[in-house]
Amino acid sequence: MLEINDLKASIDGKAILKGLNLNVKDGEVHAIMGPNGSGKSTLAQVLAGRDTYQVEGGSVTWNGVDLLALPAEERARAGLFLAFQYPVEIPGVSNAYFLKAAVNATRRHRGLPEFDAFDFLARVKAEMKAVGMKEEFLYRSVNEGFSGGEKKRNEMLQMSLLEPKLAILDETDSGLDIDALKIVAEGVNRLRSPERSLIVITHYQRLLDYIVPDQVHVLAKGRIVRSGGRELALELEEQGYGWIGEGGDAAAGAPAGGPR
Amino acid sequence: MSATTQADPIGNFLEQDYPAGFVTEVETDSVPKGLSEDVIRLISARKGEPEFMLEWRLEAYRRWLTMSSPQWAQVSFPEIDFQDIVYYSAPKSKKDGPQSLDDVDPELLRTFEKLGVPLHERARLAGVAVDAVFDSVSVGTTFKKELGEHGIIFCSFSEAVKDHPELVRKYLGSVVPPSDNFYAALNSAVFSDGSFVFIPKGVKCPMELSTYFRINARDTGQFERTLIIAEEGASVSYLEGCTAPMRDENQLHAAVVELIALDDAKIKYSTVQNWYPGDKDGKGGIYNFVTKRGDCRGPRSHISWTQVETGSAITWKYPSVILRGDDSVGDFYSVALSNHRQQADTGTKMIHMGRNTRSTILSKGISAGRGSNTFRGLVRITPKAEGARNYTQCDSLLIGDRCAAHTFPTIEVRHPSARVEHEATTSRIGEDQLFYAMQRGISAEDAVSMIVNGFCREVFKELPMEFAVEAQKLLGVSLEGSIG
Repeated sequence: MLEINDLKASIDGKAILKGLNLNVKDGEVHAIMGPNGSGKSTLAQVLAGRDTYQVEGGSVTWNGVDLLALPAEERARAGLFLAFQYPVEIPGVSNAYFLKAAVNATRRHRGLPEFDAFDFLARVKAEMKAVGMKEEFLYRSVNEGFSGGEKKRNEMLQMSLLEPKLAILDETDSGLDIDALKIVAEGVNRLRSPERSLIVITHYQRLLDYIVPDQVHVLAKGRIVRSGGRELALELEEQGYGWIGEGGDAAAGAPAGGPR
Repeated sequence: MSATTQADPIGNFLEQDYPAGFVTEVETDSVPKGLSEDVIRLISARKGEPEFMLEWRLEAYRRWLTMSSPQWAQVSFPEIDFQDIVYYSAPKSKKDGPQSLDDVDPELLRTFEKLGVPLHERARLAGVAVDAVFDSVSVGTTFKKELGEHGIIFCSFSEAVKDHPELVRKYLGSVVPPSDNFYAALNSAVFSDGSFVFIPKGVKCPMELSTYFRINARDTGQFERTLIIAEEGASVSYLEGCTAPMRDENQLHAAVVELIALDDAKIKYSTVQNWYPGDKDGKGGIYNFVTKRGDCRGPRSHISWTQVETGSAITWKYPSVILRGDDSVGDFYSVALSNHRQQADTGTKMIHMGRNTRSTILSKGISAGRGSNTFRGLVRITPKAEGARNYTQCDSLLIGDRCAAHTFPTIEVRHPSARVEHEATTSRIGEDQLFYAMQRGISAEDAVSMIVNGFCREVFKELPMEFAVEAQKLLGVSLEGSIG
């Protein structure tokens, strides 16, 4: 269970999140939608522990633990995974080496024996097949020279290998064609389970054709301004985000009862 | 601020001590401080050298008196008082010198074992013959007998002067003449020991040869001389490693290395240099002023320099290749790291003289803390070097924002058929790379070391296997305090 209460965060003195509230229960899939600049990526980065963002107030409790008190790598080892909007290139470091280091760091934390090279390769090759990646990507530098789609698949590969308890997908669908989108969605759907929560951040509704969320939230000007079921995403698709008021006090700007 | 919170774990990891910084208590036999013709005569006499050697030294000394220290490098340090240095220091031994490893002071053997260089052949590094040089003398060379069966000579320089004077006379100073530069002249006057390697015609050396240099005594300079000769069709892979105790005073290390490759010969020379770099405020450390040069004397010969430079307060060295023979090949692969107040001015010279000669320069400079790293390269294609080719790649990695990287490439082309390519990049270990790795559960320190090793990978793969592992570990240790 993830509980976000009145979360406020800024970057370089500029307030981005202005009192955000969100609860995600185990096993649920929540979609967060909203216009550009509404704070969607900031939310993802703050939850993952990126310290270029300053938390100014509020709390985030995850399974009873104060998430904001943990450094980024401990959040990761405890099972928080962020699929990056822009996966980072690391020249000279092979994907295989990186993945193995990540998986074993997590396994150590969970008290499991580390994978040796053989166990790891067997496991990673099986997962690569599932996300439609060729084995050669194991021996290439992390994300270096990967196309947009290949980078996103690599994120999905990491996600399935690390078996997170809470996965946050930050605009994983951006820049993907429909086939790649389906593969990503399949990867996500395979991971759905009663003990795993997912937060899917997206600008467009179309990903939600394939990953059906339990709840949809609209984020605008640093706050959740509306929440609803899957049908909310379809409404947004039709009406866009124009109904959100200019003043940022979006809830007041929405038509009563939401757009029809 | 939060940016430093993230850096703290890195800082802590990186504050590791210099592990080779201990001092060994041995009785020493030293000459008085200072430099004069008398001191040189004394050194030569101590070593029981033939007359020609003494004359050679004295001539170099007279030459040195007329020279001044080079000022062009991108380094700064107080002027060195050459009269305040001890030019010869040897562990006292009962006889003239150790006749075999059994005669070596057990304290010395323990020193080298502590440094991971076991001299007892039963505890040897697999398949690596070692010559160990402690201050001014070689304390032992392993596998001499096995190598002798192939006609290979691998011994200390002092022994070579006594046992193979004709070879020493023929080749010494033929690549780096005493008049070459200030420090080469000084070395030629006072050099005390070093390694000598001779691989006869057609012989492929069956094992790696390695010399381990250790400076121990206080106020002592180390001036070693290495000479490697590979005759027609011969090949050898040679590695040197270096450490010194932590002392508050700076110590001078001015070595000369000469490589000679005759027709079709191949010499691969690898260095893992970890002299004491001084503390994090720049106090103490070794001044490493070294002249290294290889001569591809015969056609189709090949000389390859690989260096990993993590130590020394100041590094001033440019392992170079003279490509004299037609179709000869020269390589320079380098990783140089400067952290804290370290200064490195290093690079190479590739002098193309023969036809269709080829050279490759791959330099990776890493600057951290307040370190300064300079690449200085010269590629010269002479008028006769028809069809010569050079490829230079020069990459700099910055960690933190108080360090510096400089690149000074010089290219002189005097033949129209030459092809010379130069690429240079500068990058910074990105906060985004670190965060990406940490988000996958990898600690900040592992992430830095992974990124740095990735940056250096093209060079590490040129090192002999076991030393590549060593070099990776060394980089991890040497990055201490580089962020935050």
